[in-house]
Amino acid sequence: MIFFDLAIRNLKRHKVRSILAMVGIIIGVIAIASLGIMGSSLSVLFSGMISDVSDTLLVTPHLAVSSGDPFDPRNTLAARISEKNLGLIEKAAGQHRVIPMILASDRLHVRDTSGYVTIYAMPAADIPFLLDEEAGIFPQGRSSGVMVGSLLADELDLHPGSRIEVGGESVRVVGIAAERGMAIDINPDYALIVTEDWYTERHGNQDYSRVVVKVSDLSEIEGVKAAIDQQINRRKEVVDVLDSREILEIFYETTDAINIFLLGIGAVSLLVASVSILNVMIISVTERTGEIGLMRSIGARKREVLRMFLYESLLLGIAGSIAGGIVSIAVAHYVTATVAEYLTDFAMSAGAGVPVTVVIGYVAFAMAFGTATSIVAGFYPAWKAAQLNPIEALRYE
Amino acid sequence: MNGEPILRFEDVSKIYPLPAGDVVALDRVSLTVDPGEFIAVMGPSGSGKSTLLNLMGCLDVPTAGKIYLSGREISRMSDDDLTRLRRDRIGFVFQQFNLIPLLSAVENVEFPIILTTDREESRRRAIEVMRAMHLDDALFTHRPGELSGGEQQRVAIARALVNDPDLLLCDEPTGNLDTKTGTAIMEILAEENRESKTVIMVTHDPNVAAYARRTIRIVDGRLA
Repeated sequence: MIFFDLAIRNLKRHKVRSILAMVGIIIGVIAIASLGIMGSSLSVLFSGMISDVSDTLLVTPHLAVSSGDPFDPRNTLAARISEKNLGLIEKAAGQHRVIPMILASDRLHVRDTSGYVTIYAMPAADIPFLLDEEAGIFPQGRSSGVMVGSLLADELDLHPGSRIEVGGESVRVVGIAAERGMAIDINPDYALIVTEDWYTERHGNQDYSRVVVKVSDLSEIEGVKAAIDQQINRRKEVVDVLDSREILEIFYETTDAINIFLLGIGAVSLLVASVSILNVMIISVTERTGEIGLMRSIGARKREVLRMFLYESLLLGIAGSIAGGIVSIAVAHYVTATVAEYLTDFAMSAGAGVPVTVVIGYVAFAMAFGTATSIVAGFYPAWKAAQLNPIEALRYE
Repeated sequence: MNGEPILRFEDVSKIYPLPAGDVVALDRVSLTVDPGEFIAVMGPSGSGKSTLLNLMGCLDVPTAGKIYLSGREISRMSDDDLTRLRRDRIGFVFQQFNLIPLLSAVENVEFPIILTTDREESRRRAIEVMRAMHLDDALFTHRPGELSGGEQQRVAIARALVNDPDLLLCDEPTGNLDTKTGTAIMEILAEENRESKTVIMVTHDPNVAAYARRTIRIVDGRLA
């Protein structure tokens, strides 16, 4: 194809100019691909930290109930859900599992380390429902020992059978809970998990800090939520009901927005690149006006002239996109490796990373976008070239 | 070819509208060119010679009047159809040779036919015509910049003849050449005409015009 050959030869004739125009596309493609990959790395990083508990309703005391400043953390800790309201929640939840829990903190002393630790107290039967054991057994009844969250156990080198001091009392570790990540219901990885009986025996009967409702059928979440609201909050706000799906939705919306923003930045750099292609192509058309006039006068049709210049910008776009794609894959490799490393560092859902298909998707998208912008940028100069009047173009010096 | 004229102008006018007032480049020109003629078009600069040649070469359409090429009216044809006529029926030779610098000599020659013919056949035909122009085989792969003026013009004539045109249009074909090379080029054109090709040539050199068998004089857009 003679017009394709001409396009290649013209690009070769102006090597430096062609390479500079390509560099713009290369940078743009790298920007789009790596920002896209970075965005989804963030998503992966966050979702690695937040375990997906889309089946959960979290019922917490409405802060206005405890007369006082809702922003004072002591009020937050003091707010409780009464036994009576728990009954109403159970009624509203029907056959779905309702797990009341007390959130407390106490002094922890292990060998020569000491500090405060969060304690989750809940009915013994509910513990296996929320947690998996990594080692040992789940705590049972009032005299049994405590369970230690996975990361706390790692940090303090605790194993089933280890002895720790909680609130001045020496207790035995019976089990280590498997790592769970952050969630809206409980965050046990740095906490102690005890049975409700164990706790009340030491601290007396107490109302609950929160109630977790596990809805087995996701489609019923809305209904259960409304029922709880209806049962308890009829006259005034007593509890807040948080739907984990809402939180996840907000989270996904946020990461999507970040992704789009990052892709937008990448797209701007490609637009800049396309301007440089536009510029190069306009120069090329101007320089070759006489040649275009000649080709037209000896039989090249408008569409053939158009095609010749489109080939040029297409070649610039494809070459730039391929080079940019190769560099992007290298960048992606580095980014995903870093994310995987972070995830392992935080010991959160280790092994998660940006899937290869996503990486390839972004690189392919960036390359396609790079090629497409080159064609679009080349179209106007090519069209101008095709519209030249052969006689005037021939006379052009 | 039948007895039909190859080219017929009927009251052809070409007016260029300019802000300072319209310029009448051609004023109701009528003429007929028969197959096999060798015509020189002469006249002072600005007289309308180039406009006449452009209209003959289907590069432009008249403002008024009718032009027939081998009996077909071309004065109202679309750009695409005119381009196709230029490609298939007309050969152009320019004063500046106008070769495409990015193409080798032989690629320049095959350009008009490669648009319609396959590469192998185009190449074969191009080489055949170039040899007829007494161009050395060694020059075929040279780029125009590596050829002398005479060689370039012979390549350009080969390009004009490669599609076996009905009409060979030349615009000052020897204008950029020394006398000796110019004479050689004119010999080639005369030879083509003897082999029944219709040649129309714009020139202001009477020695060159002497090769033609008919001379059309044009002054202020009118035939004198």
